[in-house]
Amino acid sequence: MPTTNSAASKWLFPLLLPFIIIILAAIIPRFLRPYTIISINNIFMYMALTVSWAIFSGPTGYISLASAAFFGIGIYVTAVLGDGLSFLTVIAFGGFASFLLALLTGLSSLRLRGMYFTIFTFGLSELIRHSVLWWEVNITRTVGRLVVSADNITVYYAMLTIVLLTLAMAYFVNNSKYGLALLAIGESEEAADHIGINVNGLKIVAFAISAFFMGAAGATMATRWTYIDPSIAFNSLFSFMPVLMAIFGGVRRIYGQIIGATVLTLLADMLITTFPYYYNLLYGIILVAVILFLPEGLTGIREKMTKWRKRALVE
Amino acid sequence: MLKVNNINAAYGKIDVLWDVSMRVAEKEIVALVGANAAGKTTMLNTISGLLHPGAGTLEFLGRRIDGTPPYQIATMGISHVPEGGKPFPDMTVLENLEMGAYINETWKKRAETLSQVYEFFPILKKRSGQLARTLSGGERQMLAMGRGLMAKPRLFMFDEPSYGLAPIIVKELFEFIRLLHGQGMTILIVEQNIRHALEVSSRGYVLENGRIVLEGESIGLLDNDHVRKAYLGL
Repeated sequence: MPTTNSAASKWLFPLLLPFIIIILAAIIPRFLRPYTIISINNIFMYMALTVSWAIFSGPTGYISLASAAFFGIGIYVTAVLGDGLSFLTVIAFGGFASFLLALLTGLSSLRLRGMYFTIFTFGLSELIRHSVLWWEVNITRTVGRLVVSADNITVYYAMLTIVLLTLAMAYFVNNSKYGLALLAIGESEEAADHIGINVNGLKIVAFAISAFFMGAAGATMATRWTYIDPSIAFNSLFSFMPVLMAIFGGVRRIYGQIIGATVLTLLADMLITTFPYYYNLLYGIILVAVILFLPEGLTGIREKMTKWRKRALVE
Repeated sequence: MLKVNNINAAYGKIDVLWDVSMRVAEKEIVALVGANAAGKTTMLNTISGLLHPGAGTLEFLGRRIDGTPPYQIATMGISHVPEGGKPFPDMTVLENLEMGAYINETWKKRAETLSQVYEFFPILKKRSGQLARTLSGGERQMLAMGRGLMAKPRLFMFDEPSYGLAPIIVKELFEFIRLLHGQGMTILIVEQNIRHALEVSSRGYVLENGRIVLEGESIGLLDNDHVRKAYLGL
């Protein structure tokens, strides 16, 4: 009996649990109020951003602040093309536009390391924001654009699909030799070179894949805002939040990133409605406390607890 | 198998190697010896493509490899174990070894190669779940050698395997190199510990200030007056 039990927990649980969650997620919007669906969509958006950010930045340690650029490009693809094309096509275009942008910028920037790379990616987001602004002011003569909007339920299912695809990609990368190779690049690029890893090639492809999902998320979420302008689409919060959420939850674990995105989005929602004046102050304090006391994020708690339990057993 | 023809190499504007030529034949074990800062590591880095020669050519298995990027050279069958081993510190021993088999053809056979590596270094099997940073210096060097072996190299290059290690561990590592050679591996070894290197190898090159000053049979070099005076303290 114990053997079947452990086999069940080893195989059935990890397979069944996601399945149940997906089914639940698929039928649940029928029973929810619109406000709840909007807030779930928000969580989905940050989940997609955080998990896709961590596909590249998690193992390599290249802290990218270009998420806003890729997310914003997706938003603008919808704003420009959303009229004529189907929702699905627009989302795919949004993803590919960001993918291409990441390939191009990756070719020129991934030789930079550490802080220099981070500053470059931050500059990239700002550069694109100002370029779009310049274009809108001087060429199209309007700053903002109206976006064809989709209803919350449609956005919900689109975001759910993007989140699931992002998770599948993250899971695949983490469990393949490429995930291990990205980790190796994060530890020592020289040693990674020695064992036959195409360091620059792999970095660029991983960067572009993570950008694809950000672009797709942007293209989807654009339909929720009805009006956008460059400072909405390329808001630097979209760059900083995924980093914070990943660190808050635990950079190395996918479930950590999911929890991080969920908790921080809900926390922001709660704080902004209960303490509208002290919202940012409280949010900041909580983030500082997490970094100070849980340098490995929430997943660090679990690892600490198993360590304590083991020690207790030994004693 | 490996031909180095009149290589010059430099880091930026600082020249390190002048007109260096070397040969390594199939199944041979060759030592490149010399004092600190003679240019030995630079030579290995040039062969594995981390550094491109300013002049001269490199050939491996009849193909030019000067200017080829390092990952392609590794894919062609050159394993380079850098000085100090440089394992990935925050990855486990097993992950480090698996990473050694990153190249496509070897990745599929990694389970088989892994058991061979564990036979050479049983300690690595015992430590397989540990992070590489928790290993001792000797174990790190063994891990690096094991990782190199996972790529099933045709030419195995060791940079200063004895560096900073206790004599008894150095002896063990050289025993491993001898064993590998016995199985038909082609080896190029770079060493400051000249006696050890010349004892294990069949031929040797002596590098001084970026130039090859002596070459020949290892036994002959061990008897050479210059080598005895300058390096062996006799």
